[in-house]
Amino acid sequence: MNYFEELSKDYRFKEGFHTCINCGTCTAVCPAAEFYKYDPRKIVSIVQTKDNDAIEKLLKSETIWYCGECMSCVTRCPRKNGPGLVIMALRDLSIRLGFFTESEKGRQIYPLTKALNGNVLGYGYCVHPATFSYADHPESGPVFEWVLDHKEDVYGRLGANYRGKGPGVLRKIPQEDLDELKAIYDVTGGTDRLELVEKYSRAKAEQMGMSIEEYTQYTFSHCSPGHFNGEE
Amino acid sequence: MIYQGKQKIWSEYQKEIPADGWFYVRSCIRQSFFPASEKYFLAVCRDLLGKDIYESEHHTTCGGIAYHCDTIPQETAMTIVARQFALMKEAGYKNLVTSCITSFGNYTEILETWREFPELEARIRENLWKATRREFDKPEYVAHASDLVYKFRGEIAEKAVNRLVDVETGRPLRIVEHIGCHYSKMFPHKGIGGAEYPYVLSGMVESWGGEVIDYPERRHCCGFGFRQYLVKANRGYSVSNTHKKFESMEPYHPDAIITNCPGCPYFLDRWQYVISEQTGKTYGSGGYGIPVLTYEELAGLVLGYDPWDLGLQMHQVAVEPLLDKMGVKYDPDAKYLGLNKKDILKPGLPSVLKCC
Repeated sequence: MNYFEELSKDYRFKEGFHTCINCGTCTAVCPAAEFYKYDPRKIVSIVQTKDNDAIEKLLKSETIWYCGECMSCVTRCPRKNGPGLVIMALRDLSIRLGFFTESEKGRQIYPLTKALNGNVLGYGYCVHPATFSYADHPESGPVFEWVLDHKEDVYGRLGANYRGKGPGVLRKIPQEDLDELKAIYDVTGGTDRLELVEKYSRAKAEQMGMSIEEYTQYTFSHCSPGHFNGEE
Repeated sequence: MIYQGKQKIWSEYQKEIPADGWFYVRSCIRQSFFPASEKYFLAVCRDLLGKDIYESEHHTTCGGIAYHCDTIPQETAMTIVARQFALMKEAGYKNLVTSCITSFGNYTEILETWREFPELEARIRENLWKATRREFDKPEYVAHASDLVYKFRGEIAEKAVNRLVDVETGRPLRIVEHIGCHYSKMFPHKGIGGAEYPYVLSGMVESWGGEVIDYPERRHCCGFGFRQYLVKANRGYSVSNTHKKFESMEPYHPDAIITNCPGCPYFLDRWQYVISEQTGKTYGSGGYGIPVLTYEELAGLVLGYDPWDLGLQMHQVAVEPLLDKMGVKYDPDAKYLGLNKKDILKPGLPSVLKCC
């Protein structure tokens, strides 16, 4: 496969990849580059070479997963590139080809895919208190542990329609609407994407000698040394 | 001539926001962490200002977080948004107002991409029809909810019960504003003041009597980074970016932070708690943190609403130092009461950060 040609079909790549002059402004303003071993200038530069082997290395690398998609680079690029958009296209291709399981940060696509799309298709929203666990989010603080322990009371006291019928904050989304979301996933490749990620992740879990539950927990919580600037 | 030149430049960063007739879509994060902000946004617009803002129970997420975590294809995200547009059309509205900056960026990106690549828009129309038998019109105007609060900031100021002024000294309160990356970094001409001179929150602060702080990392990301927060292993990125902002704003002694995006107030609030637990450092005075509010919460305080009705008890950083400076009346014993004033105990206390 010619990876550059494949990337060129992605609308985000069409929007975000023009001629890079290697000025490094994107890297200078990048919140990810500040802390991670991440350099968007280098990534765009590699893509610009159209070197298939070099792009394949990128697709299997840790580095394409360091971006936070804040798009601060889009504002500042003097040539109207969007390195963040190039990253989105690289990630999309890495997932489609199963290359994402080759890196620790890429493997995180599995817990993300399960959690976020489970919420979208089950609750109609990407994030929902019903699936937000304090154990997974100790940073949410004792105050949110209290909220989660008293959801009906706290949300009810604040005027939410928690899991209720009709409009309002945190209402229960009617099943017919969830069914429409599922149909959209089916028609647009969303369901295929979920199955693809599942297939490649299960194969990787087996290769790593883990059950899929262990793999989910490990990829969600484990951070090896070496990702951050100055780390060995 | 120079003044005219600046005036001309500034005019390019303004938006003509329609005054009325809005189809409202909620935010995954705002309704989960700041539920009363959404309630009071609608209450202020409908009941106080008499505006027509409609919510359909059938609308959903825009899929923006799933999209920016790279877990769904672009066409899936676009078709979810197309369904929202279809609901808007069916309800008879032409202007869409969203409660989320990620959504605002998502809607804007999609409309701009369709403008440039009409064949993609045609494919999404086909997708939506196949999946739902619905058809959509593109909105005439997409606003973020804060754009409306900005537009009506003068009316809110006229009805103000409290101002952003220290009631003891008469000093204007020093406010940090944080607009959120996807409001105007991707499409600067869509945000009030653009990416260079964002004014959506500054305008509110100035109208309500406060003083906006300029500080070196004012435009730096809060550190959400989508996958960089949602995956536990990556949260070092998130807290490090927030830490960078707090170190930068600390010398200016902010009295409060006002935020645009629903995620940013959560991160700027909770990472203060985590930084205090990890390092022992707090950024407010007397062991407190710097209160971080949504623009709806700040508007609500200005309008004299009860802070616990506004949901300020859901913050980890205590808001009482700000309430006291503004002279807001509140009942400390009512802070953590549940539905119908039920006793549902109180949250545990952090080991460092002072709470009330």
